[in-house]
Amino acid sequence: MSRVAGFAQRWAVFVVVVIAWQLITSAAQDVYFPTPWQIVQQGWTLWFTDGDGNVAIAESVTEDILPSLGRVVGGWLLSVVLGVALGTALGRSRTAMDYVGPLFAFFRALPSPALLPVFIVLFGIETGMKLALIVFACIWPVLMNTVDGVRSVDAVKTDTARSFRIPRTQWVTMVVLPAALPKIFAGLRLSLAIAVILMVVSEMVGTTSGIGHALRSAQRQFDLTSMWAWIVLLGIIGYVFNLALLAVERRALRWQPTRSGAANSKQTAKAGG
Amino acid sequence: MSTMLEVRGLAHRYGAGPDAHVAVEDLAFTVAKDELACIVGPSGCGKSTLLRCIAGLIKPSAGEVSLHGDRVVGVPDDLAVVFQDYSRSLFPWLSVRGNVEFPLRTRVGSRAERRARAQEALGWVGLSDAANKYPWQLSGGMQQRVSIARALATRPALLLMDEPFASVDAQTRADLEDLLLRVRRDHGSTVLLVTHDIDESVYLGDRVLVLSKSPASIVADLKVDLPADRDQISTRGSSTFVELRTEIARLLHDRQPAPAEPAPAAASASSSDELAAERFLAAEREEAHQKTAT
Repeated sequence: MSRVAGFAQRWAVFVVVVIAWQLITSAAQDVYFPTPWQIVQQGWTLWFTDGDGNVAIAESVTEDILPSLGRVVGGWLLSVVLGVALGTALGRSRTAMDYVGPLFAFFRALPSPALLPVFIVLFGIETGMKLALIVFACIWPVLMNTVDGVRSVDAVKTDTARSFRIPRTQWVTMVVLPAALPKIFAGLRLSLAIAVILMVVSEMVGTTSGIGHALRSAQRQFDLTSMWAWIVLLGIIGYVFNLALLAVERRALRWQPTRSGAANSKQTAKAGG
Repeated sequence: MSTMLEVRGLAHRYGAGPDAHVAVEDLAFTVAKDELACIVGPSGCGKSTLLRCIAGLIKPSAGEVSLHGDRVVGVPDDLAVVFQDYSRSLFPWLSVRGNVEFPLRTRVGSRAERRARAQEALGWVGLSDAANKYPWQLSGGMQQRVSIARALATRPALLLMDEPFASVDAQTRADLEDLLLRVRRDHGSTVLLVTHDIDESVYLGDRVLVLSKSPASIVADLKVDLPADRDQISTRGSSTFVELRTEIARLLHDRQPAPAEPAPAAASASSSDELAAERFLAAEREEAHQKTAT
């Protein structure tokens, strides 16, 4: 019962807003603002029917959606690997951050979309450029949070590990990285959102595939309902990505008392209600 | 009895020049194999510095430490330390078993053997059933038992304990003291335990080394003439116990009016243990505060 109530509580405002949007747009009959229902129908036509109106995976799924998802996930994973590795190395060194800190602060302050022209010159307009742009934007939150987390290792844990003569690799993988993990995950969530943004931005420029491209060409052809459908799809992608990452985080950090404590109190609440 | 630990002319100072803070000065003592020696001294007298020098965690300014005849350079292989602050010494991301197996990873090749030894050590401290729990799911006393099991599982030649029971309540403390005596009797280990509690040092030790106020030096080396089987009530009530504790208290008290430390000397220890200890105490007070708040 409380589960249903919790679900209702979380989605009530959302549903009300969608209904209000439906009522207002259908009353206004404005070409720029189709109703949500029209958008959903358009989405269905775009992605789940072939040219003759039969139910099928449409070409736009394989031509636009999958390449876009590939770029987001690929670029993001690349920046995670690079960011965590580099962040661990820099965080363990006492002086390295003093040298590279100002440089990083400068790069981080640059709005990544502004670098699009530079990356086009360097990597062309295809996937290489998009990945480079995504990695460049995503790596900073991961890197900085990793440095921060790696530096937060407790002095007593350091002494404990030293007194047991723990070798370096075990020290990094079993002490430093787990200790840094909560902060690393905060960086991962931030960078995943950034990855979706830069995927769209990079695809709006001179490509022939991807959600950003499809969105832009729908707008150019005055197919505004399709444009809205692509926008809604981006929202869903971002939401699902975040949800998936949260699930991974919950699993990876299940040793944290606060998390399990929250889970326990929920359970007792369930048992009580 | 053969000598397990030998400390000769040990001295340590933080900083250099006239501002240097001398934490330990010209210490010499030995600990025999299978002996439990307690070092007792007032707070901040350099007990922890001494212990860290013996553990090889810091390099002493002068003197040498040998473990079963080998000179200690860096952290020795067959030594284990139990720290006061179990909650920071245990790894919260590892289960109880994972924590006990942690130091065995490099010492024991086979996974099954590691597991067996961890389980055995957990059995010694009465935590066989808690192996799959996480440290935070256990009480403070149980957590300290886990770190004792972790230290014992490596079968150290020397077990160093730095105020191991200072962060638990009185009842748990008594239980842990008896547990240490029992484990030591059953498995014969050499233990050097640092404490500021006079009663504890007499109750646990075969020998008590009394340390002066900073800079630490040994003012007395007393043999504890109590039976091996000790009991919280009758032992603590026995005349030998009372006499010894009175003697130690007097020794510590007589040394109280130590020459006043010049203020800059204390300040120069900024990056040293003394301040680390202060930070740690503050953190612990905060933690205790949080616990009472919730």
